[in-house]
Amino acid sequence: MDDPLIVVVLLLVAATATAAVAVRDPVRQALVLSVLGVALALLFTVAQAPDVGLSQLAVGSALTPLLVMLSVRKVRRRQGDGKGRAP
Amino acid sequence: MTRRARLIVLALGGAGLAALLIAACFDLPRFGGPWHPYGDRAVHASLARRTANTIASVNFDQRAFDTVGEMSILFASVLGTVVLLRQTRDEKRALPQPEEVALPVRRYALVVLPVAFVAGLYVIAHGQLSPGGGFQGGVVAATALHLLYLGADYRALERIRPVGLYEICDALAACAYVVTGLAGVLAGTAFLANTLLPYGTFNTLSSGGIVPVLNAAIGMEVACAVVVLLARFLDQAVEIEEESGKP
Repeated sequence: MDDPLIVVVLLLVAATATAAVAVRDPVRQALVLSVLGVALALLFTVAQAPDVGLSQLAVGSALTPLLVMLSVRKVRRRQGDGKGRAP
Repeated sequence: MTRRARLIVLALGGAGLAALLIAACFDLPRFGGPWHPYGDRAVHASLARRTANTIASVNFDQRAFDTVGEMSILFASVLGTVVLLRQTRDEKRALPQPEEVALPVRRYALVVLPVAFVAGLYVIAHGQLSPGGGFQGGVVAATALHLLYLGADYRALERIRPVGLYEICDALAACAYVVTGLAGVLAGTAFLANTLLPYGTFNTLSSGGIVPVLNAAIGMEVACAVVVLLARFLDQAVEIEEESGKP
């Protein structure tokens, strides 16, 4: 824990992870999740695990937020349909 | 069992687990210390088989059987997604209308797409040499294709992405991994044993024996799996809607 770089990145991860929990809107949450993915990838890279860092970058900051956003869009579209047809 | 008794059992179990975990934490080696018994042995084994990236050697040689399990998990989850997100009887497909894309977005997506795609293929091809490998490169290549959805529209994406073909390739790649493993059995050694192919010259593309073959199979499997997964989600988000007139 002597390396200042690791301490800084750990703090960054803690801050973005807290933000991801604190944000309540799923769309914004997906964006924060993507930032958290980048922060985690940075952490893995400074901890000398570039392989895991690359996986995290690809899955955590691109794929997962994309799947969340697509699911939100599907749910909202269905709700929108329901409202449109109700009257 | 009453609620109170259950709570007591839960508290006992939780306290025991917490005590064991805390005791284990005190015996962990120090963060960043020089003592790596497993790491040293893994590096030794990987160098003996002329694989430059030790992680690739662990994934596709020393622990190749674990990777079969991971691959099956991905395969099964994609299969589950395909079954769950299919078009049901009370749903219909509506063709999405093409929409205007802002010019900077279009330019950015179309410039980055080929770069990201080639980077993905590069990461797959150099899995046994540098950080990365089939899994990472596969996800990058597959998500890169979807920049076409950002840059053009959904129909352009569908044209370069015949989902049926990707489903077949996904299954083929998963089979290729298992068949490569079975080749070892037929040759008289063991499932997924890295003794069949010559180890080659250290730090070249064809080094490591069976490692680049399995790495390529995983790359193809993951890329196709991610494309199929995203295709099902996109179908639901963009195309499929409930039949009107039904509640």
